[in-house]
Amino acid sequence: MPPKARYRNRIELLQGTLDLLVLQTLQWGPQHGYAIAQAIRANSSDVLQVDTGSLYPALHRLERQKLIAASWKVSENRQRTRVYRLTTKGREELVSERTRWSRFVDAVAGVLNKPQPE
Amino acid sequence: MARKDRELDEEIRTHLEMAVRDRVDRGASRADAESAARREFGNVGLVKEVTRDMWGRMWIERIGQDLRYAARLMMRSPGFTAVAVLSLALGIGANTAIFQVVNAVRLRALPVSDPGSLAAVSIADMTGARGNFNSRYPTVTNPIWERLRADQRAFSGLLAWNGTTFNLSRGGLARPARGLWVSGSFFDVLGVGASSGRVLLPADDHRGCAPRAVVSHGFWRNELGVRPDVVGSMLTLDGRAVEVVGVTSAGFAGVEVGRTFDVAVPICSVATLSGSAERLDSGTDWWLTIMGRLRPGWTLDQASAHLAAISPGIFSATLPSNYPTVSVDQYRAFTLRAEPGGTGASGLREDYGDPLWILLATAALVLVIACVNLANLMLARASAREREFAVRLGVGASRGRVMRQLLVESLLLAGIGAACGMLLAGFLSRTLVSALDRDGQSVFLDVGTDWRVLAFTMAVAVLTCLLFGLAPAFRATRAGSLQLLRSDGRGLTPSRERFALRRALVTLQVALSLVLLVAAALFTRTLMNLAAVDPGFSSHGVVVTSLDLRSLRTPEAERYALHTDVVNRLRAIPGVRAAAEVWVVPISGNAWGNSVWMEGRDGSQVTDALFNRVSDGYFATLGIPFVAGRDFSDRDTTSSPNVAIVNEAFARTVAQGNPIGQRVKVEATPSRPEMSYEIVGVVRDAKYLSLRQNVEPVVFLPARQTPRLGEWAQLVVRSDLPPSSMTAAIAQAIGELNPGIVVSFTMLKTQISDTLLRERLMATLSGFFGVVAALLAVVGLYGVIAYTVARRTKEIGVRMALGADRGAILGTILGEAIWLIGIGLAAGAALALASGSAARRLLFGLESYDPLTLGASAAALAGIALAASYVPARTAARIEPIVALRTD
Repeated sequence: MPPKARYRNRIELLQGTLDLLVLQTLQWGPQHGYAIAQAIRANSSDVLQVDTGSLYPALHRLERQKLIAASWKVSENRQRTRVYRLTTKGREELVSERTRWSRFVDAVAGVLNKPQPE
Repeated sequence: MARKDRELDEEIRTHLEMAVRDRVDRGASRADAESAARREFGNVGLVKEVTRDMWGRMWIERIGQDLRYAARLMMRSPGFTAVAVLSLALGIGANTAIFQVVNAVRLRALPVSDPGSLAAVSIADMTGARGNFNSRYPTVTNPIWERLRADQRAFSGLLAWNGTTFNLSRGGLARPARGLWVSGSFFDVLGVGASSGRVLLPADDHRGCAPRAVVSHGFWRNELGVRPDVVGSMLTLDGRAVEVVGVTSAGFAGVEVGRTFDVAVPICSVATLSGSAERLDSGTDWWLTIMGRLRPGWTLDQASAHLAAISPGIFSATLPSNYPTVSVDQYRAFTLRAEPGGTGASGLREDYGDPLWILLATAALVLVIACVNLANLMLARASAREREFAVRLGVGASRGRVMRQLLVESLLLAGIGAACGMLLAGFLSRTLVSALDRDGQSVFLDVGTDWRVLAFTMAVAVLTCLLFGLAPAFRATRAGSLQLLRSDGRGLTPSRERFALRRALVTLQVALSLVLLVAAALFTRTLMNLAAVDPGFSSHGVVVTSLDLRSLRTPEAERYALHTDVVNRLRAIPGVRAAAEVWVVPISGNAWGNSVWMEGRDGSQVTDALFNRVSDGYFATLGIPFVAGRDFSDRDTTSSPNVAIVNEAFARTVAQGNPIGQRVKVEATPSRPEMSYEIVGVVRDAKYLSLRQNVEPVVFLPARQTPRLGEWAQLVVRSDLPPSSMTAAIAQAIGELNPGIVVSFTMLKTQISDTLLRERLMATLSGFFGVVAALLAVVGLYGVIAYTVARRTKEIGVRMALGADRGAILGTILGEAIWLIGIGLAAGAALALASGSAARRLLFGLESYDPLTLGASAAALAGIALAASYVPARTAARIEPIVALRTD
């Protein structure tokens, strides 16, 4: 029982952020799961390690919420890959999520940077 | 495997391949790349599982998965599955079947509008009612009915009815139809409409009416071939043409449960159909049963109070002029009352009420035993699967998940069991209903599955499922996974408590099955006792022949000669050994009684005696020997002195000595003054009303000495011919006399064995249940003992290695079995004794605590239970110490 609980906790922690990162990554064009993970990693200068145990559930959840859509494509290595792309609804969601995220960051920063009363 | 699962597999495979390729591109070796990629990815199975969770329809999938798993498991242990499903099917099937019949007979409301507001109206205490009683239900006379209808205010409508049999044929063999005399308000009060034409209306029911008939939908469909021109067509009822005015709606089968109707005619038409209006005016002909629909706002109590208030007026106004003086005061004091009537009248309910409840209780016990058996099996399996559970819990399954798996397994079992049970129920209830059929009197019961039966079965199935599914699941998962993994499943503490439960369950099974076996034995012995009763006469080769002579239109004065002629014609048939006329055929359910005393003897007690009218040769026909005196002869006529023959019981209790030459006095009746008869003969005792009853005093009067001879004749004919050729010969002989005479036949033997129907039914069904219960108990016991042996293999091995001999081991194991059986039998015996009184009224020739029955049942059960325990005990005794010690 304990191992499973651990996984769930991690999903919970990352959930909002990971969704935003996935949507943001897909903004530049359709990608498959591995590429999304690599992109997030590269774009964060290896700071954010995307856990597959969170990535795939997130992808499938976003797909179910119709924020992204999946299709099968054959890659240059003649390999069938499942490719995700942003839907219109996903684009709108990305915009509002970005807004919320920057407000969140500003708010957190405001708290952290508040001059200490002396 | 769904497409989505395959796609997810492929997606993850691609992911891994890409990760490997990236690493290889960066210079890693293939093997390093693969293991690094895999490490980075994590637990593939878990990722899949969490991802699948996102698909939304997961619970259906999971249930599907659970079901597939459960089905595989069931197929892997067919023995367990078969026993489990069979126990459930029997338990649920038997319960449903019997409940369906109980429901149809006792609980279900009539298929009429708003049955809840219907009330049955009857006289509270009929003591002192004199005259002819023509129904098995509480009745009133037509004058009372007419008066009540006019006086009452409690009901928005009242109806009266009486069941009868009409003959549809114009001559030759009778074609009986189930008839109803109904008041004009009958259909209106019940709220029953016509499917074509119209129903009878109050306007159809008036003195001097032309007879009109309404036929039932079933009769129209089965007998009239759905003819479209039925309205306006003519039916022959008892030789009279009657116009059909309509067909009732399809669902309506009359107000009598167990007996449908074919033709309903207005009460007034009794005048036309019987040729005289006597019955309508008679104050001593009790034949109409009354029901009413309460006025809105009226309760039964208010209605009863109102009826009680108007009763004195009704009964003083209708007091018949010929009412015997001794009973006049009782007549005036009659009080009408109202009772719930929504479930209709039913003779089945009276005859089979107790037996059906007992059978239902029996079936419920079988279900309990089946459940206990299943619980036991499931417990056994749960312990066998402890390791499986431990592993599943260990690799991360939640307790709820494991519980759900177990619940799905038991639900699947319960579902299959319930489905088989429903199939079995349909078959059993059809068998049960057809078993209630008597010769010529088919029982009509609508035992179709209705919501009540469905709810009942479902509740039983779900409860059973919860009982045997969740308890083991709960227990199995309570222990921590480590503890379960560590224990080697044998001889250590975690299972002891559970094993005690299993032993308790087996003891309970043994106890309950003993109760059922005792019941089975009691009912079987009752049937045997009744079948062995000597009725005092011989029914072998005797045909009861009923003749409707009305087509001859014989004047009353010439009927004596006609009857004699008929008897003589039958006696002349080759192969006929004897024939005689009789009014009341023995053990036919009919009876005729009155009060008698010895004339000219001071202090002679007034006693109730039974009566019969027979022609000469009756006693010879039925093989009843004379003890003293003579038979009637053709010289005993209306002009000769009144004579009588009595039975030994009469000589013993009424005459208290040789009665030949003495005179017996018979109390006045509405139709006859006080009479006196000279006793000329005494015959051997024979049963009159039923095989169960003791022989009562009987007075036989000569058939030719009756003041009025009707246009009906009933004869007993004994011959050596096979029944079919005999009835053909009789029909031919009667046809030669007049083709218009209607004839019908019953074999006396069949008629008598039909009276044991209830006993046969009880014996068969309780026997079946008893055997099933005993088998289940034995299977349970075998399971527990075998399990003991398996658990103690090591211990036994050690004992043997230390020098215990095989006999001692056998003794130890059998000793445990004997303990379980002994406690079970003791508890069962106590239960059987305590519950026996419920069956007392149904038994014959033995008491419910009959020690022989109890002892024999207990011995039989102990015998098979010991035999079943001997098999695993012998296995234990054959254990090789080396082998036993080597395991684990």
